[in-house]
Amino acid sequence: MIRTFRFGFLALILFFIYLPIGVLVVNSFNDSRYGTSWQGFTLKWYERLLANESLMTAATHSLTIAVVAATVATIIGTLGAVALYRYQFRGKAALSSMVFISMLTPDIVMAISLLIIFIAIGIELGFISLLLAHITFCLPFVIIAVYSRLRGFDVKMLEAARDLGASESRIFWKIILPLAVPAVASGWLLSFTLSLDDVIVSAFVTGPGYEILPLKVYSMVRVGVSPEVNAISTLLLVVSLVLVIISQLLLREER
Amino acid sequence: MKQHISQFRFWAIGLITVWLALFVFVPNLLVLITSFLTRDTVNTIALPVNVENYVRTLDLLYLQVLVDSLGMSLLAMIVCLLIGYPFAMCIVQLPKRWQPILLFLVILPFWTNSLVRTYALQFILGNKGLINNLLLSLGLIEKPLQLLYTKFAVVLGLSYILLPFMVLPLFSALEKVDVRLLHAAKDLGAGAFSRFWRITVPLTSPGIVAGCLMVLLPAMGMFYISDLLGGKNLLLGNVIKTQFLNTRDWPFGSALSVLLIVLLGFMLWLYFRAAKFVSRQGGINDSDF
Amino acid sequence: MNEPRPLLILKQLSKTYGDNRVLDSFDLTIFDGEFFTLLGPSGCGKTTVLRMIAGLEDADVGEILLAGQDIARMPAEKRPVNTVFQSYALFPHMTVFDNVAFGLKMSKVPKEEIKPRVMEALEMVRLGDFAQRKPNQLSGGQQQRVAIARAVVNRPKLLLLDESLSALDYKLRQQMQVELKRLQRKLGITFVYVTHDQEEALSMSDRVVVMYKGKVQQLGTPREIYEQPANLFVAKFIGEINQLDGEIVAIDGNHEYEVKVEGMQWTLHAEHNFKVGDRVNVLLRPEDLRVEYLEDVQTSQTLVGKIVERNYKGKTLDSIIRLPSGAELITSEFFDEDDPSFDYSLNQSVAVKWVPGWEVVLPYEAAH
Repeated sequence: MIRTFRFGFLALILFFIYLPIGVLVVNSFNDSRYGTSWQGFTLKWYERLLANESLMTAATHSLTIAVVAATVATIIGTLGAVALYRYQFRGKAALSSMVFISMLTPDIVMAISLLIIFIAIGIELGFISLLLAHITFCLPFVIIAVYSRLRGFDVKMLEAARDLGASESRIFWKIILPLAVPAVASGWLLSFTLSLDDVIVSAFVTGPGYEILPLKVYSMVRVGVSPEVNAISTLLLVVSLVLVIISQLLLREER
Repeated sequence: MKQHISQFRFWAIGLITVWLALFVFVPNLLVLITSFLTRDTVNTIALPVNVENYVRTLDLLYLQVLVDSLGMSLLAMIVCLLIGYPFAMCIVQLPKRWQPILLFLVILPFWTNSLVRTYALQFILGNKGLINNLLLSLGLIEKPLQLLYTKFAVVLGLSYILLPFMVLPLFSALEKVDVRLLHAAKDLGAGAFSRFWRITVPLTSPGIVAGCLMVLLPAMGMFYISDLLGGKNLLLGNVIKTQFLNTRDWPFGSALSVLLIVLLGFMLWLYFRAAKFVSRQGGINDSDF
Repeated sequence: MNEPRPLLILKQLSKTYGDNRVLDSFDLTIFDGEFFTLLGPSGCGKTTVLRMIAGLEDADVGEILLAGQDIARMPAEKRPVNTVFQSYALFPHMTVFDNVAFGLKMSKVPKEEIKPRVMEALEMVRLGDFAQRKPNQLSGGQQQRVAIARAVVNRPKLLLLDESLSALDYKLRQQMQVELKRLQRKLGITFVYVTHDQEEALSMSDRVVVMYKGKVQQLGTPREIYEQPANLFVAKFIGEINQLDGEIVAIDGNHEYEVKVEGMQWTLHAEHNFKVGDRVNVLLRPEDLRVEYLEDVQTSQTLVGKIVERNYKGKTLDSIIRLPSGAELITSEFFDEDDPSFDYSLNQSVAVKWVPGWEVVLPYEAAH
């Protein structure tokens, strides 16, 4: 009895979580323009999408930003996690609280603060400003993913490496990195999706010369339902799905 | 006897420190400074330092938005808690091999584009959306209900987007509850309700507060949710966005953000108070056993 | 035998954590080729000393001279010293071979030299067939041997072992003790071993230093430390010992004293110099005491007490005897071939004596 109830409840919530997504995906194949009823299967929205040059350009821009931002954030974040894990230095407490703050700061606040600094130091709004902003909001997630992996390490193992003659950088390359690869990779994937996902920060720091997909989609959906948006959204969902599955598999490997 | 400083160590510490200083610390400081400056049509901001901007936040119009958006966010938080808590409990009670799958299903939306998911809600809530279609075809209503562009839609949207952030901390808190405590309570004659209320809830309260914060912190800034679902029902994020991108009144926009941070900071402080309180209580319980 | 040549000299090492002085002007000399053990309870500073030699921790002040060279400021990775860690600390993502080869690769040993040296080291610890396994496919004892091979393959001047056997179960530990000792003799490398297990220390070492509260309590061969403890702490830490209060009543000269113990006067030997009236502790190992049935006693120079506890231990019969003063003595007697069934009953009165000269007389200290 309780078991049935529990199962029913879980199923119901999951149903409501996935229902809108499902409707969206179905409508992207729906011949009806407004998606109010099923008018038959079509791929024409996807064809139109591919023909829509400005949308395609925005998608390319977004992918570029996501790949570069995720990579830079992963490099700096991994090194930062190692620094926080391995070294004692002045200002360490301040540094880790900074990580904490940047993680908890609402996007909107981070957005305006970045806009102000970019204007203040004269960075033109566009590719560079978007990239710097995306790296910044990805960083804490990478740091936390890698740091929690490092915390599971045996400290003695790293001491053994030193004892056997390995310098700090050799320890990083030969011991820490190979063992932290799953966390580093999942940090990269999370950064990649966060970057593709972001609307709030990007809306503030974007410039006219460099359009990115989420903002383009945003300006389209504000006008109302559009079948091309359904198609591009479905593609975005698929990309996220693939990435999340990869990252879960990586983390499972680790266990 | 100082150890020699390796180059690797220098870069590892240096990169992250410089980055966070430049793009987190200084910018936040600038927001604070800007909030005390004056709007300028040419240079965006200009000198006379003043508290005018904060006085303006008390303006009835903005106070209304602040109260409204806090209200909607709190409501979304409660909805998330009311759904998330039993949901997390159900997952914890499942066999171990099912748990990761269920958790995965909850985390999955967190990885997918939240703008897209917000947009997808329009299919459900719209005048020709799924709900209205269903109710119309069942003959329960004559004309479509106005669901979209209401406060209800904003609260639903916020809850929908932020639910995973509630479930995860609750799950990890519930997972740590020692089943033996519940057995002991049962043994001592506690009924199901008092076991839940006197044991499970207090022990998971750090998770509850953490989950609530994870929902509340971003909620008030999510301008695209009210944009797509709320119509005239604005969140604080919309006002800040307008001040920065349309009206170009940065000092006032900054003041609103500072206000938001202060508000959220106060709630964080409450959280740490609560967490401390609970851990102290936990200590007492431990020594009792 | 050649004159021992000092290999490692520690001079005036001190270390403080907050208010806690873990090492206090610590001096030590370790000779080339010996098996040396740092022995003491946890928190005595022994592991700190080891980590300072390895370079994993810095001393606040002091010098560390290895073969005449001050290495105190040399980083760990540059020191010609290797460590076998308590938890083995093997690299889980590398094969046994790569684990052992790690140090050689780090010091840029030519490739063609690495393989034979690694295999030689693995053969030495009888793990030649396991080279391609991962550490998690090995038993605890095998992992331990990999850790040893990984350290000795670098031919360090000094091999440091940090409680290296404590994670093994009793039987395996006994076996590894023998193996370590044999390996040390074969390699001729100086071993510095840290342990809190006095039995392990006594059975393996050429010399032992007993430490307590960051200070040297006694330095000597296992026999010296067991038979002539320098103070009450050492006496009590190294095995069980009985402690009786006494007072010097006369000096016979040549380290012989008349001592009043338990209301009787005894002629005892002491290494220390005492004067008449000094209070002393008279210490006796349980196995040095002889218990006799009252009817067999031939002299009056014995302690008489009542059996309050008797425990059959297999090889020995351990008894607790309460003396009229209230002091209790623990005795441990081996079963005699002639009389395998000897035993006492509770409350039985017995006589206790010992071979003159086997006692240890130390200046009086309040009990630890």
